[in-house]
Amino acid sequence: MTTPVLEARDVTMRFGGLTAVRSVDFTVNSGEIVGLIGPNGAGKTTFFNCLTGLYVPTEGTVSYQGTVLPPKPHLVTKAGIARTFQNIRLFANMTVLENVLVGRHTRTKEGLWSALLRGPGFKKAERDSEERAMELLEFIGLAHKRDHLARNLPYGEQRKLEIARALASEPGLLLLDEPTAGMNPQETRTTEELVFAIRDRGVAVLVIEHDMRFIFNLCDRVAVLVQGEKLVEGTSDVVQADERVVAAYLGEPFEGDPSTTKGEVQ
Amino acid sequence: MTETTTTPPADRAPAPAARGLVPLPPATALPLLLAGGIATAASTFLAWTWTAEFPGDLTVSGYPGGLQWLTFTAGLLTALFALSAYRVRGLRWLTPAGNHAPLLLVAVGGFGTTWYTVLAITIKLGGLANLEPGGFIAAVASLVPLVGALALPAEHRGEDLATALGKRIAKPDRIPAAEATTPWVQRAAITAVAVVGLIVFTYGIDTEYGELFIGYLIVVVFTIWALHTAGLLDRFSQLLAGNRSFALAMGFLAAIAFPFTQTDDHYANIGVNILIFGTVALGLNIVVGLAGLLDLGYVAFLGVGAYTAALVSGSEFSKFSGVQFPFWAAALSGAAASLIFGVLIGAPTLRLRGDYLAIVTLGFGEIFRIAVNNMDGDSGPDITNGPNGIPSIPDLSFLGFNFGEAHDVGGFTLGRFANYYLLMVLIMALVVLVYTRAADSRIGRSWIAIREDETAATAMGINGFRVKLVAFALGASLAGLAGTVSAHVTYSVVPNPYQFAGSTPPNSAFLLAAVVLGGMGTVAGPLLGAALLYLLPEKLVFLQDKSLLAFGVALILLMRFRPEGIIANRRRQLEFHETGQLDVPDTTTLTDEPAVTKAGT
Ligand SMILES: Nc1ncnc2c1ncn2[C@@H]1O[C@H](COP(=O)(O)OP(=O)(O)OP(=O)(O)O)[C@@H](O)[C@H]1O
Ligand SMILES: [Mg+2]
Repeated sequence: MTTPVLEARDVTMRFGGLTAVRSVDFTVNSGEIVGLIGPNGAGKTTFFNCLTGLYVPTEGTVSYQGTVLPPKPHLVTKAGIARTFQNIRLFANMTVLENVLVGRHTRTKEGLWSALLRGPGFKKAERDSEERAMELLEFIGLAHKRDHLARNLPYGEQRKLEIARALASEPGLLLLDEPTAGMNPQETRTTEELVFAIRDRGVAVLVIEHDMRFIFNLCDRVAVLVQGEKLVEGTSDVVQADERVVAAYLGEPFEGDPSTTKGEVQ
Repeated sequence: MTETTTTPPADRAPAPAARGLVPLPPATALPLLLAGGIATAASTFLAWTWTAEFPGDLTVSGYPGGLQWLTFTAGLLTALFALSAYRVRGLRWLTPAGNHAPLLLVAVGGFGTTWYTVLAITIKLGGLANLEPGGFIAAVASLVPLVGALALPAEHRGEDLATALGKRIAKPDRIPAAEATTPWVQRAAITAVAVVGLIVFTYGIDTEYGELFIGYLIVVVFTIWALHTAGLLDRFSQLLAGNRSFALAMGFLAAIAFPFTQTDDHYANIGVNILIFGTVALGLNIVVGLAGLLDLGYVAFLGVGAYTAALVSGSEFSKFSGVQFPFWAAALSGAAASLIFGVLIGAPTLRLRGDYLAIVTLGFGEIFRIAVNNMDGDSGPDITNGPNGIPSIPDLSFLGFNFGEAHDVGGFTLGRFANYYLLMVLIMALVVLVYTRAADSRIGRSWIAIREDETAATAMGINGFRVKLVAFALGASLAGLAGTVSAHVTYSVVPNPYQFAGSTPPNSAFLLAAVVLGGMGTVAGPLLGAALLYLLPEKLVFLQDKSLLAFGVALILLMRFRPEGIIANRRRQLEFHETGQLDVPDTTTLTDEPAVTKAGT
């Protein structure tokens, strides 16, 4: 049974005269891995920001499991959508474990008083949180680095840690913004497996990526955004065959062509 | 400058580049250090000057006096470090890395304090004629270890003079791990450090004249620096991390012991003021150090607490002179009033990002002072008596224990300020508890996350506004709590101390400086910073109008050379110094946490 997890309806985002996202309708169903591709500056990240409340869309609504989300990032996360960032935004001077614990913020309740009084409830909640965080670190393979500062991790591990931090909020939908940017082919492949494993945990995934091989291996469905508009949406085969997509990407065929899988500088 | 190529290369194994900065045979360096240290200590048994006009009476032979005690201590330390460099059994732990930096630094400390004393005598009494032979002997003797330390072979080669000097006083990257010790030895070490710390601190507070305090500062600064470069401070902080609750208990025992060492209540007064200042700085550390909110008007919350306590103290000059709250109620009202003001200031501004909060708090601080100045019945409602403030605040009384009277406890007489000092120790203990517990919890982590990256923190589900408001209000109410005691300690409250910047603490600039100087995000840092910033203007009377300038220069130097503050938070240390993987916890064996799982996946 596929039920829609995320429904974006008619989302438009304007910055002054520039329309970065134009009337985009978009759905992600439970258990799906959906790709979002498009040339640089197409509005993919802006669309993510609209979904997660970092931007208030000029028009349109975003709903999660049937309820319309208020455009406040912390409420969106609480509802069940977690994300990573295109340019890694870890808490650089916190340890690996602490980063993941921060991710658990919405799933715990202990406030100042319980922290000061340290009752049994507080201790249990801290222990549980740490257990869940360690389990996630084992899942992404960073358990042995729990006490390292995030800033000292190699790049690929920072990207993974960002995913673990997002998963710590127990989301129903995970948004990944270019999770393999800057990774070598080996790391890209492990990330691919990681995304499948996340889906197997029952989390739907929406992923932005410029690496076409990664996208077409991974996704059940792919949407193409060009100049803020959704051009095509469908299975990998449909999208790869669509000539408008080919044209949008400078008329080059996709598969493995390095000129179309160039990295991203932002 | 000239090349000296006299020694044939076959003579000694190391290349000639491994020479010291002073062209002496390296083999003479350690003997010079040892003999010089002993000679320096011995010289303090002679008379240095002929007249008792110079404070401290340096005219007697046979035992050290006044400033001579400092030279004596420094000379002894130099000799001890030299013996440690000789690898004498039982003293090797002093220089675990076997580096030369601590030797040079203690030698400089002894040289500095001795020469400072000799010069001070000469200048104050007008001429070299005022020096007895002992003074000259001390000056020469203290120079010897310095020459010896500079003659030590360089550990690095081929640099210009400045870098060579810098390297000579640098801490080595790698300090060998301490040998495993039994918990008893560790606790004994912590106790010993607490006792020595209390003695050193008490000596500093009890210095009676500016010269003695400067000599004291020279010795203390260089000794601590030497211990740092020897790696002993790192080892000690590991020790503390492994015995946290014992260390905390010893710290508070030492703090409680302080008034029992004092015969003059004046010094207990300094003690209680340092505690008030330190407690407020620690409260500010929650706001600035943990949540990263720049609060430039923090002293106003201290003022709100103090005025609240004064108004309900039963003072006849209070607007509500009939009302006399018991202390617990006054303390709660002071904290609550500050809390309310904190929320009023915070609620509209904490929604914004960036520097708005700094500007609004700066404004609030000034508005508070000007408002209490004007609420005198003429230009405003009659509440605070304007510039005259609220005088004759009665002393606290607690279950029949009057804080204003001297009490005999176990043979010691505790005066008025000693009583308040002990009350303040309790309040400080409470604030330390609040700070440590809040920092190590869900809310503390969200404060740090907000400070690190507010966008990412909100995207992780943190309600930025709410947690910032909690930090701001908590900081405000802790300052208000301290303010209620400070009102009683000073007998009266007046608007003047609660300003942004002034030449004596507390004021917002000094509070912020105490936090930054001591070390943001630590417990000990703001307390140390507060002690320093209180003692310096108190002891160095001649600085008076120049003290702000002096602190400005000191802060700039600190930001240049040690931006993480005197006591570094591990996080901030790593933030400012690229040290690669230093955070790989080789300390885990010392803490009671389970060892790191080394098994990868
Ligand atoms: N806050 C903003 N203010 C003004 N313009 C913005 C803002 N954010 C994004 N834009 C503009 O919106 C357009 C879309 O940018 P966006 O970052 O969404 O592209 P993208 O598809 O993620 O590209 P890339 O593949 O390079 O990451 C760009 O022209 C960008 O300059
Ligand atoms: Mg983007």
